[in-house]
Amino acid sequence: MAYEITLMTTIAISILFALSLNFISGFCGQISLGHAAFLGTGAYTSALMTKASIPFLITLPVSALTAGILGFVIGLTSLRVRHDFLAITTMGAGFLFVGIIRQQDFFGGEIGISGIPATGLGRIGFMSLCLALAAAFALFSILIRGSWMGFVFSSIADNEDVTRILGINASAYKLIAFVIGTATAGVAGALYAHHFRFIGPDSFGFVESISVLAMVIVGGIGSVAGIVFSAALLSVMPLLFQFIDDYKLLLYSALLFAMMRFSPDGLAGLCVRTYRKLTGARA
Amino acid sequence: MLYLELLIQGIVQGSIYALIALGLTLVYGLLRILHVAHAALFTLGGYIGVIVTNQSGSLVFAMFVAAILVGLVGMAIYKLAYEPLLNQPPFIALIASIALFIASEELFRIGFGPYGISYASQPLTGHLELFAGFRLKYAEILVIGMSIIILSILAYLSVNTRIGVAWRASVTDPSMARAFGVNIQNVRYMNFFIGSALAAIAGVLVALLNNFVEPTMGSVASYKALAIIVLGGLGNIRGTLLASMLLGVIEAFGTIYIGHLIDRDALAFGFLIIVLMIRPQGLLGVK
Repeated sequence: MAYEITLMTTIAISILFALSLNFISGFCGQISLGHAAFLGTGAYTSALMTKASIPFLITLPVSALTAGILGFVIGLTSLRVRHDFLAITTMGAGFLFVGIIRQQDFFGGEIGISGIPATGLGRIGFMSLCLALAAAFALFSILIRGSWMGFVFSSIADNEDVTRILGINASAYKLIAFVIGTATAGVAGALYAHHFRFIGPDSFGFVESISVLAMVIVGGIGSVAGIVFSAALLSVMPLLFQFIDDYKLLLYSALLFAMMRFSPDGLAGLCVRTYRKLTGARA
Repeated sequence: MLYLELLIQGIVQGSIYALIALGLTLVYGLLRILHVAHAALFTLGGYIGVIVTNQSGSLVFAMFVAAILVGLVGMAIYKLAYEPLLNQPPFIALIASIALFIASEELFRIGFGPYGISYASQPLTGHLELFAGFRLKYAEILVIGMSIIILSILAYLSVNTRIGVAWRASVTDPSMARAFGVNIQNVRYMNFFIGSALAAIAGVLVALLNNFVEPTMGSVASYKALAIIVLGGLGNIRGTLLASMLLGVIEAFGTIYIGHLIDRDALAFGFLIIVLMIRPQGLLGVK
């Protein structure tokens, strides 16, 4: 049973993290290649606090706050650049985060922080918390997508200039998306730190940013259900592929490539097309 | 003396960056694709260079083989991976490229072992004594010299030959170029061939400097080359060269003076972000 609990917790955290990126990249169309930095911010905030024996549940909102503030700052800088420039700027922010963490003794430097105390909720309690938070954010995402704000987001994603001409303050909405997305990533980070009980600079590097973007894109960018499914699938995949140990990453990247090459709109798009083919309906 | 040494170190590193980033910026200028897998071609070039040198004993021959083989691989990547994705949003090609890059790193690791390989006997180990204790390694002279020669030849060809003009026309305005009878397809193939061959030469040169190639030697190069072409103003060749040199020199000095605050790789991106805040279109980019 213990194994399944660990697995479920991992999946829930991945889903929360992937949905938080979906808020920025999926809804608002702002591609971020440095999202792991916000997971890291939340994780370090929470880990340092619980190590100073502050109760875990109090650290959750604080982690959201610090990650959200950092997200606000990065969001502000991102307002000046668009498209590919934005992708590279966020990637740069990710590298900067890891580069700074690595050199500071306060954050444990290269070695990271180990011996993070338990949450006091018990394994099942912690798993339920993770699942509940992931489910709540999924619900929140769906609500937002159907709201007026959601329409503004998708119009920004579609064509930002037209949105501005309509008299909408696109910058403000982009910032809102950034802050909500990064604050949620901070919460996911706090959960991450207390799930693995060890964090280091390498846990939040470029590979992590890419894997979460892969979850969003494989699921079908913007599709909440697709992303929940793909985040669950991609986070257990390395465990399922344990038997081919040495070829794990090769297979993962080959699948990712094949996905982009043959079904760029992700699993959601693949399902829709298959369904149409089976029922003979026309697009 | 320390300043001079750091400056030379920066210029050597900057020349390598320039050779890698030039191919990347050409791809971006033509196709608007951020070609991360370019760094895999750099690694492939390094491996071919070391293996062929070890087998044949000739570094020059190895460099030719690496440039031509990797150039062909680059064309194949365009044909198989990017051409079908040209009508998709740009991030699709970007993710595909990153996937391709991770896959090739794994292939290098599985194919050649995780610990890397070296030259059987390292070529060009000597150094030139310029003045009072100031030395320049032959390999370093080769790196700077080759970059200057190759880039000058390319600059000359792009101005003075038909195909060079066709190439520049396609970068500026593809549809207009097509209307004037330029075969865009051929220009793209040539673009990938030359860009990849340059990356391969950079790979051979880095292998020579370090006497070592390893599966992950491309990973830092790939992201940093992206930073460089963004710094230069995407698709802008002069900007790319300027940014490569600047970054090489800034890294050389920064590692010594503020290396205890942030590490070398973060330095490049910190510089990138500062520049983009002041000039969102890059150093020499046009709005």
